[in-house]
Amino acid sequence: MADKRYLDAIHDALHEEMARDERVVVLGEDVGRKGGVFGVTDGLFEAFGEDRVVDTPLAESMIIGVSVGMAANGLIPVPEIQFADFIHPAFDQIVSEVARMRYRSNNDYGCPMTIRVPYGGGVHGALYHSQSIEAFYAHVPGLKVVAPYSPADAKGLLKAAIRDHDPVLYLEHKKLYRMIHDQVPDGDVDVPVGHAAVRRPGRDLSIFAYGLMMHEALGAADLLARDGIEAEVVDLRTLRPLDTATILDSVARTSRALIVHEDNRFGGFGAEVAATIAEEGFRHLDAPPTRVCGPDVPAVPFAPPLEQWFMPNAEKIAAAARTLVAY
Amino acid sequence: MSAREAKAVKSPVERTPQTLGVHDRELLEMYYYVRLARAVDERMWALQRSGQAAFVISGQGHEGAQVGTVFALDRDKDWLVPFYRSVAAVLVKGMPPAEIFLIQLSKATDPSSGGRQMPGHYGHSGHKILSTSSPVTTQLLHADGIAYAAKLRGTGEVCVTEVGEGATSEGDFHEALNFAAIHRLGVIFLVENNGYAISVPLSKQMAVPNVSARAVGYGIPGVTVDGSHVLDVYVAAREAVARARRGDGPTLLEVNVPRLTAHSSDDRQEKYRSADEIRHTKEHDPVHVFAGELRAWGVLTDAREQEIAERVRRAVDEGTEIAEAAPAVDPATATRYVYYEHNAPPGRGR
Ligand SMILES: Cc1ncc(C[n+]2csc(CCOP(=O)(O)OP(=O)(O)O)c2C)c(N)n1
Ligand SMILES: [Mg+2]
Repeated sequence: MADKRYLDAIHDALHEEMARDERVVVLGEDVGRKGGVFGVTDGLFEAFGEDRVVDTPLAESMIIGVSVGMAANGLIPVPEIQFADFIHPAFDQIVSEVARMRYRSNNDYGCPMTIRVPYGGGVHGALYHSQSIEAFYAHVPGLKVVAPYSPADAKGLLKAAIRDHDPVLYLEHKKLYRMIHDQVPDGDVDVPVGHAAVRRPGRDLSIFAYGLMMHEALGAADLLARDGIEAEVVDLRTLRPLDTATILDSVARTSRALIVHEDNRFGGFGAEVAATIAEEGFRHLDAPPTRVCGPDVPAVPFAPPLEQWFMPNAEKIAAAARTLVAY
Repeated sequence: MSAREAKAVKSPVERTPQTLGVHDRELLEMYYYVRLARAVDERMWALQRSGQAAFVISGQGHEGAQVGTVFALDRDKDWLVPFYRSVAAVLVKGMPPAEIFLIQLSKATDPSSGGRQMPGHYGHSGHKILSTSSPVTTQLLHADGIAYAAKLRGTGEVCVTEVGEGATSEGDFHEALNFAAIHRLGVIFLVENNGYAISVPLSKQMAVPNVSARAVGYGIPGVTVDGSHVLDVYVAAREAVARARRGDGPTLLEVNVPRLTAHSSDDRQEKYRSADEIRHTKEHDPVHVFAGELRAWGVLTDAREQEIAERVRRAVDEGTEIAEAAPAVDPATATRYVYYEHNAPPGRGR
């Protein structure tokens, strides 16, 4: 057990998995000598060499496409997309190739890989360094999508993803890298893909969040507690496969659901959570499932007042929670 | 590699099987596969016309180039990352006609996809043929990854991947050649230039006469060979494979081939190709060109021709019978293998 930042937890998971299994290969832009633009892969190049920590050309489709072939021929690639905003050139390789390899070959080929994707706003990154992309990929059968919040989950889920037989999109929030730190077990941390966790119990409403928004949701719960409102906060952690049992259990206790993400509202991941609750948990509900999301402008604008306007935060979440509880 | 070196290589007249060290036995085996691929392809169309298959995409005209190339591989050890015209390539790589017909008829035992994909989407881990999708050119990067893994793991495997000339306009073509060149990967990029991407002619696809001219931009050798001269293709591929095996990197091998059919069973090529042109295209039919060369070299006789024709007929008929008798796909299987399943049959789907 040691106190670790989110970034260190991810780094440690990579290092330990590369040491454990020589088939694991890291590839991406600046992941080698520089150790990544955020420093996540720092030291891997020195520890495992340039053949297993590959500084690739600046070409995202290549990064994922090459990983497909590596996976077919016995390696376990961990490609990094430098910023989620730049994953779009690889959309075809991810959706048409990575996600479908097992299904289209009727299980003749798998495509085990973990695509690490730094994402999210609140980092003065503007339209092209702040995006959330989970809605695009959580939609795709064959992919798994995880978005950890705590350092321990970040480590455990990355290890689980690398050991998974299937491709996993691993969303790491850029703002969390150096913002939070917490106790992280040495060695393996048991966080299986596909399980949400109740992080704060409460009886008046359930708040569902992931990534940076977990931090804001927990902050909102503190604010609400001052008014005597007890919010249950659930960290979804894995977006696909979605842990609907934990979600519905929570709603059964609280009868109210507030779903939070910083991605745009329309067609966002929260719509899926809300629809699941409405379809499968309707009898428990005392109020409509409600969302707090990024507004429907193309992405996070740059100037500080604009960025603050865009990002959901504890106050905005608490305000929505009060309305929901009063419904 | 200079631009001059990357220039097209003509078929030199003085090249004979003897001077190139190719035995009659090998030549006749190549001829068998060219004929087999043509006969399998014709049967695919017959199955479509009789209503048993909804769609055909054909390799007719490409057979010589594919046979010549895949013959240069170690067929047990090396990899093939094919495309939809790869009938001859997958046959040489070890896929028997029965498997091609199971794919064509979308039967439960279709070894490439269990009836999930359209015909023409070849793949088979047992033959080291990677599963293929429909978006063109994505597969070139997969070939890079296979070769990268081979290099890292020290397996000595080489990888051939095939693509049409139209598909070389996609960005993945550039990204794949660039990455393979940087890491000196053992990949042979086989560009089968049939002059058309569905209806769009070469002149609207690129401003250079040959795809191979681009090799210089990647620092790799690029050659263009007439794909109907099977021996020339074989020799060029043999060189490329040797280079790959030595760890000297990839080769861009362009083969000029005729497209002897419409793009697919859904296309009417008479709309964009003149009758005259279609007629002239047939002059480059590799079956006839190769047969003529083999006779001129004294390798092919009437008796051998008959023997081969009989072998081909039997293989195609037997394959068709097996596929026709195979069970249809059960819709209950449609939800399987979206993700890994612990109870799956061993040895498949790592
Ligand atoms: C990315 C993508 N765009 C469009 C298509 C539709 N399409 C299938 S084959 C084809 C033409 C390909 O031409 P070429 O690469 O020259 O190969 P050929 O069919 O001539 O052998 C097109 C446009 C596709 N399959 N994938
Ligand atoms: Mg073409």
